[in-house]
Amino acid sequence: MKMKIFSYPYMLWLAIFIVVPLILVLLYAVTVTEGGSITFTIENLRRFLDPNYIDVLWISIKLALETTVITLILGYPIGMIIAKEKPSRRNTMILLFVIPMWMNFLLRTYAWLTLLGKNGIINYFITLLGFEPMNLLYNDGAVLLGMVYNFLPFMVLPIYSVLAKIDYSLIEAAEDLGANKYQIFTKVTLPLSVPGIITGITMVFMPAVSTFVISRLLGGGQYMLIGNLIEQQFLWVGDWHFGSAISIIMMIFILIAMAITSKFDTQKEGSSGLW
Amino acid sequence: MVRNGIKKLYMFIMLLFLYAPIIVLIIYSFNDSRSRGTWKGFTLKWYAELFTNSDILTALYYTILIAVLSSVISTIVGTFAAIGIYGMKNGFAKNTVLNLNYLPVLNPDIVTAVSLMTLFKFLRLEFGFTTLLLSHITFCIPYVILSVLPKLRQMNKHLPEAAMDLGATPFYALRKVVIPEIMPGIVSGALIAFTLSIDDFVISFFNKGVGVTNLSITIYSMARRGINPVINALSTLMFVILLVLLIIINKKDQKDLNPKKVR
Amino acid sequence: MKKTRILLLIVLVLSVGIALVGCGDDKPTLNVYNWGDYIDPEVINDFEKEFGVKVNYDTFATNEDMYVSIAKGGTNYDVTFPSDYMIERMIAEDLLAKIDKDKIPNLQYIGERYLNLDFDPNNEYSVPYMWGTVGIIYNKKMVDDVVDSWDILWNEKYQGQILMLDSQRESIGVALKKLGYSMNTRNMDELEAAKEELIKQKPLVYAYVGDEVKELMVGEEAALAVVWSGDAVAMIRENENLAYAIPKEGSNIWFDNMVIPKNAPNKELAEEFINFMNRPEIAARNAEYIGYSTPNTQALELLPEELKNSDVAYPSDKAIENTEIFLDVKDVLTIYDNIWLEVKSHR
Repeated sequence: MKMKIFSYPYMLWLAIFIVVPLILVLLYAVTVTEGGSITFTIENLRRFLDPNYIDVLWISIKLALETTVITLILGYPIGMIIAKEKPSRRNTMILLFVIPMWMNFLLRTYAWLTLLGKNGIINYFITLLGFEPMNLLYNDGAVLLGMVYNFLPFMVLPIYSVLAKIDYSLIEAAEDLGANKYQIFTKVTLPLSVPGIITGITMVFMPAVSTFVISRLLGGGQYMLIGNLIEQQFLWVGDWHFGSAISIIMMIFILIAMAITSKFDTQKEGSSGLW
Repeated sequence: MVRNGIKKLYMFIMLLFLYAPIIVLIIYSFNDSRSRGTWKGFTLKWYAELFTNSDILTALYYTILIAVLSSVISTIVGTFAAIGIYGMKNGFAKNTVLNLNYLPVLNPDIVTAVSLMTLFKFLRLEFGFTTLLLSHITFCIPYVILSVLPKLRQMNKHLPEAAMDLGATPFYALRKVVIPEIMPGIVSGALIAFTLSIDDFVISFFNKGVGVTNLSITIYSMARRGINPVINALSTLMFVILLVLLIIINKKDQKDLNPKKVR
Repeated sequence: MKKTRILLLIVLVLSVGIALVGCGDDKPTLNVYNWGDYIDPEVINDFEKEFGVKVNYDTFATNEDMYVSIAKGGTNYDVTFPSDYMIERMIAEDLLAKIDKDKIPNLQYIGERYLNLDFDPNNEYSVPYMWGTVGIIYNKKMVDDVVDSWDILWNEKYQGQILMLDSQRESIGVALKKLGYSMNTRNMDELEAAKEELIKQKPLVYAYVGDEVKELMVGEEAALAVVWSGDAVAMIRENENLAYAIPKEGSNIWFDNMVIPKNAPNKELAEEFINFMNRPEIAARNAEYIGYSTPNTQALELLPEELKNSDVAYPSDKAIENTEIFLDVKDVLTIYDNIWLEVKSHR
């Protein structure tokens, strides 16, 4: 099949807008500027081996993993329910889940502060019901809530799109062969939706590792995350070299993590690597 | 029917979760105080101010323009790229392309922003609308590819081949067989691209030029002084318009589709 | 395929729109780069009308963001508004143009104490726009001690009710001042001591916050917070239980000045703009709109009584006698960064 020619324009794009910048970042990572002259060094990469930095990377990955798992658990049923709707209603439903994300991120996150605060709206209802107000803000729960909130649609969309056109004859066949609902789900629907799940995990986990604004705003700045560290280097300290080194190390870590994930991909069709 | 009830309840809770902050936003657009910390009574003054604030309206215009253009372009390029990648033989080349494709998804915004900025400077492009659009397309395409690929993998591999065996040109097979099959993936890809573009701050900030701005930049730069509630008013209006459009489209779709689909 | 057609139509309409926005008339243009919402919008209109020019008004969120976009080149701003330490850095990196003082006669209205400061000794590069202090805002209902020292932020009585700034220089500066050191110290022992203080304080802190501190204090979510004076004015206006104090150990005093980047395409118009902004009635309008403190002594007289007599916006000379301006600490910046990382990741 000659389908691969369709990717040629993108290859060109990839080369200019992704490969060249990547090389730039790599160059920054392995050099230092001293008094106008540039020298090669691995010092930047070595500096990252400080336990403090490793800790930051670990916390970021852990938070991203937790976010991914929760969005998957919450998002899968949503994708499934929408996929089973009448075709005419599906688009509306899916848009309903996306539109909140079209409102500005900062406004939405600030609104969470108003909701979760000590004198916030949720605590107002809690006291109205006669309970003691709770500490909802500036803890792990608040950070996780904010992360799940922002990434949920990115999990729902790919899962929905895969489930939307599942071959129903397979499900009917399973029914005819006497499978119950639980069996149909675990043996037919779930395996068929694996490609969607993998995409969903990718689209949630990868960006989640490097975001930090949510944890800063809802976690009360108590967490230092890898994205935070990188931004500090680029903007505040002005050390683009070290900032690039951190992001290269992070990239390597995540790509390895994703390669491991793809091992769980049962529908491999002989492909190797991440897909 | 209990199952149905549980489903409805679940969807309701999830939508409540997603819309809770939006509801707060809408309520506070009528607050007479500049601060979200207190409620000082009902007012419409922020709405009145909105229509005289040309800066915000220009920013809104650029935001929508960039979001529409970048999502359309990245959806087209990304869909073809995904089909092409799907058609590639498994091996080193395919893996490399796929892994490279992850980079914009993976990198913190600041790294993408700064590396693109350096690239544009190197290419001697003048910072402005074009660089802004190019940067948005760059970070949107990978998401489109990621959305389309699973649909291709799900498709029966022999479908386009059968079409071509029956005399269809590759392009005809693509248009009549492949594209309809992967449509849900394309639509989610486009939606994700639009969502990312409309909400991006860091990459836009460093890759725009003089006189070009978007809502995110306007809003983030207001944060130091406290976000002007005019922004809440604007968001409320945007939200209401979207909701109304959605209802109209939904009504129309139901009318269009129902007579045809006999199920 | 009807949807495609609708989509194409949208794109077309938008593109026509851009053509209309894009090509204005060929009036001279002035590109102004400022903090968001940091000028009375009417002032821009008035300047456009009076001088028959067009103003492109762009905004930024932090000094660092602004610095990167000026330093990268390719963006031609005529006037921008960095803070003190950033001005020092931009001068050192040769990013700013010298201002022709003869073109700015209104410089005469600027108070003596706002001129010739360390970051720009002869005001060759910058003209003061706004200034303020860093201090403690507290809720009188929740705090019954006298607030006159940084020590109160280490008082265990207020555990979980203290908000610190999520900003390295400011927070480390507070600890340094509490210990009686300079906020611009390059002494490792002093910095180490400041770090220990911050780690000791961490269990008492409710959150390290940024711009959202305003809403939190107005909403009475916390008892004490470190804030900038300009924001304190706005907060007290919204909630009268709040009060502001500059600790006696001294604090930070800051300036946002107007500067002209070296690659400004229209330097003369930029100078005209800076002069215009220093007209007493214009400066007064900006000061009233923003609520921050103006260095323009004539403008001060034109302000409403309530603002003019505010101790928060215009503290006495005695209140600010121990204050310091942030200087660019250059190479020690990495140390500050590491300290902050350690404080933040301490459990």
